[in-house]
Amino acid sequence: MTGPLLEVRELRVDFPTRHGALRALDGVSFDIAAGEILGIVGESGAGKSLTGAAIIGLLEPPGRVSGGQVLLEGQRIDDLPREAMRLVRGRRIGAIFQDPLTSLNPLHTIGHQLVETLRTHLPLDAARARERAVELLRQAGLPAPEARLAQYPHEFSGGMRQRVVIALALAAEPRLIIADEPTTALDVAVQAQIIRLLRGVTQAHGASVMLITHDMGVIAETCDRVAVMYAGRIVEIGPVDEVIHRPAHPYTAGLMAAVPTLDGELARLAQIAGALPDLDAIPPGCAFHPRCPKASPRCTEERPELALVQRTRAACWWPIVEGMPG
Amino acid sequence: MLPFILRRLAQAVLVMLVVGMGAFWLFQYVGDPVSNLVGQDATAAQRAQLHAELGLDKPVPVQFARFVGHALAGDFGISLRQGREVSALIAERLPATLELAVVAAFISVAAGVPLGVYAALRRRRWDAKAVMAVSLLGVSLPTFLVGIVLIEVFSVLLGWLPSFGRGATVQMGGWSTGLLTVDGWRHVLLPAVTLAIYQLALLMRLVRAEMLEALRSDYVKFARARGLPDRVVHFGHALRNALMPVLTISGLQLGSLIAFSVITETVFAWPGMGSLFIQAVQFPDVPVMAAYLCFIALVFVVINLVVDLLYAIVDPRLRPHGARTRGAP
Amino acid sequence: MTLRAPSTPERAAASPPRGPRWKRWWASDLRHEFVRSPTALIAAAIALLCVIGALLAPWLAPHDPSDLAHLDLADSHLPPAWMADGRATYPLGTDDQGRDMLSALLHGLRISLMVGLSSVALSVAIGVTTGLVAGFAGGVVDAALMRLSDVMLSFPPILIALLIDGVGRTIFPHARDLLAFGVLVLALTLTEWVRYARTVRGSTLVERHKDYVQAARLVGMRPWRLLRRHVLPNVLGPVLVLATIQVGQAIVTEATLSFLGIGVPPTTPSLGTLIRIGNDFLYAGEWWITVFPAAALVLVALSVNLLGDWLRDALNPRLR
Repeated sequence: MTGPLLEVRELRVDFPTRHGALRALDGVSFDIAAGEILGIVGESGAGKSLTGAAIIGLLEPPGRVSGGQVLLEGQRIDDLPREAMRLVRGRRIGAIFQDPLTSLNPLHTIGHQLVETLRTHLPLDAARARERAVELLRQAGLPAPEARLAQYPHEFSGGMRQRVVIALALAAEPRLIIADEPTTALDVAVQAQIIRLLRGVTQAHGASVMLITHDMGVIAETCDRVAVMYAGRIVEIGPVDEVIHRPAHPYTAGLMAAVPTLDGELARLAQIAGALPDLDAIPPGCAFHPRCPKASPRCTEERPELALVQRTRAACWWPIVEGMPG
Repeated sequence: MLPFILRRLAQAVLVMLVVGMGAFWLFQYVGDPVSNLVGQDATAAQRAQLHAELGLDKPVPVQFARFVGHALAGDFGISLRQGREVSALIAERLPATLELAVVAAFISVAAGVPLGVYAALRRRRWDAKAVMAVSLLGVSLPTFLVGIVLIEVFSVLLGWLPSFGRGATVQMGGWSTGLLTVDGWRHVLLPAVTLAIYQLALLMRLVRAEMLEALRSDYVKFARARGLPDRVVHFGHALRNALMPVLTISGLQLGSLIAFSVITETVFAWPGMGSLFIQAVQFPDVPVMAAYLCFIALVFVVINLVVDLLYAIVDPRLRPHGARTRGAP
Repeated sequence: MTLRAPSTPERAAASPPRGPRWKRWWASDLRHEFVRSPTALIAAAIALLCVIGALLAPWLAPHDPSDLAHLDLADSHLPPAWMADGRATYPLGTDDQGRDMLSALLHGLRISLMVGLSSVALSVAIGVTTGLVAGFAGGVVDAALMRLSDVMLSFPPILIALLIDGVGRTIFPHARDLLAFGVLVLALTLTEWVRYARTVRGSTLVERHKDYVQAARLVGMRPWRLLRRHVLPNVLGPVLVLATIQVGQAIVTEATLSFLGIGVPPTTPSLGTLIRIGNDFLYAGEWWITVFPAAALVLVALSVNLLGDWLRDALNPRLR
């Protein structure tokens, strides 16, 4: 396939309030190639989940997409009518949310939920749908999948539920999966398994993943590329290895420094002074400048765009360049 | 499941005992218990004899035991006002009230649930908002006023429906039913609608609120994210879950209807237990009040029990299941 | 974080202005939504009108309906002033005893509101106190309260009110007016206080386990002060919503009891009593004796319910 699977261009999301519109996403642009796993990382409130919601058209009102384009396999999907967008969801783009317990309807067996998803998108009769459901559960690593079909969500543990959720998201064989904090609600021991499952299963299906998380460890282990978000904008994007070890944006550098390591010295965790700005008080120019040790007058006036710095793209007037001081 | 049932049964018995104590206090200490038992026309000798028989000088627990014993046998003494056995009065009037309550319950559910669902799904449309406004009116209007208005419009001005009594009833064993004749139905319609309006409005608002709540839930979001069509999301998922609490409320509504019938029966001169109770309060007729109290308590307790059981059957989370599959994540 | 609206817009939009409390309230979202909502404004206006009319009844009413000496039977059964046979001195007509309907209406409204408001005030006082105590004390007290409230809540208030009324009549067969009032208000109060107790108890339980409460107790802060300063403000919102709705219900319940003849004593007729009297004359075509009190009753109940409804939606953070 030529060209990227997903293209997001200058996406803007507004929340109208009686004080004026709050811009939650301000010109977000990135691509996802076929078979690639892109991580979206940032603090809570940076706009990661909103990006995912906006792409599949599930923004909660009063939030609305106020600008930009989203293209899936070269075709625009941000301006589709409701029914057409519904057909995209599940069939071409799947989604996984944070809490597997509340994502599953407690009153329906998981067999019912699997079959209804399958038969919505694929021309299967009931028997064939059941067979596929069993196969999906098996791929998701659930032992004795036939017996599972008749069980209810509350009869599963957290990790198993998330496996079911992954199976449901992959049921109609979408090309892209948006996974929003898929491991945050799980036990630490289970997290690694689920992440490995996600990676394995999507590779087996040939699907790309947009992995939204605040956990750098997950990013490091799973993703091919990563985008760092701050205050509704992408401040750095590039291959995972580069971004983590040779960050160009001061914010990214701060994030990496704040991650505790086993082999580091026992000292205070490095913090980035300050906090994410409120949406009605986003600083002009570069949104990070109040907290940035390298801020200059230019940073307070002109907003930097993503530009190539060595091997990553960063939105900064004074990016950190290896081999140069400062 | 069994321990659950047993526990609820024990609770029920406890509540009935407490209510029984209240009724006992009413019967023995409010007013004259001897009159309560033999009516006002007894002679002095009869009274004295009964006084000794009743053991009114015996300790209270013994008297209470006697009371309970009589109550379980259905003996609540003699109505002060009518001079007849209370149990006979109640048995006579029970069918009228029950039929009225059942018809009203049917009306309120059959109209309330669909309207509530509609108001939730089409919440921005003007007719949905109008429906909610009307429901607020329904909750604010006193039942007796609704009855008066309905009588005025349909009975007096239009002359379509009768305004009092049960009409032609058919006797089936100990039960007199008005639902087997057209005349009976004509008579039950206005009172049933009057009785149903408050509950209907309440139910409608509840269903709408629960639907809206369900539509905001994560499983609905995930269902949408999977591309399920609106019909499936709204009815297969949201409504299915919204109906759970509605089930409880509907069950309790039946009890409420039986209680509220006091007003409707008075306005429509419906010969049921409600009007009997009102007359007892006006008189005041203590044995009837005590008996009514016990009866209503019984009705509520039974309904609560049934609803709890129903809930356990319908909600899979409350059912005991076999091998739980915890362990391997 | 799920695919939901971020918490930041809500947090961000609420940059409250500094200044005295009233100023903050004036600029608050609540007041803003209030003046922008036509239903809330109209409902509040109607309710206020009724309250003022009721309060000033003795001065506003052209006649004194309880003054038996001045009733003229010759003036009875008169229709409202704008109809033929009507007279200007009796703007809304008279009843079977020559009582001026407008005056009777105003006084009846007064009685209805008095009973409704006092029973709710009493319920709130009893309920909130009990809830605070139960939530804070915990243990047996709390459990007993919960059982009791379970039982009481499942009974419709009208039945409880009827029972208490009936018992009152038996115990005090020749009750004087004040006593009858007392029984009525008591009956209404006993059915309503439970809801407040439950709500407050719930909030108290939640607050009690919070760290700052534990810390304050360690320092020796007295429990009452704790409750008053910390728990009470959190609970005021739901209590207010409940109280507003309950006023409407209390008024309707009182009207029902009076209609059935077992509410307020006949010498001080409330709206319910007036409707009962009027009911007998509906068939004779004398509609004004019923319609005006009924309209007043519906207006009051409706406006109060509207207000309570609006208040509940406005105070519900999740519906913003």
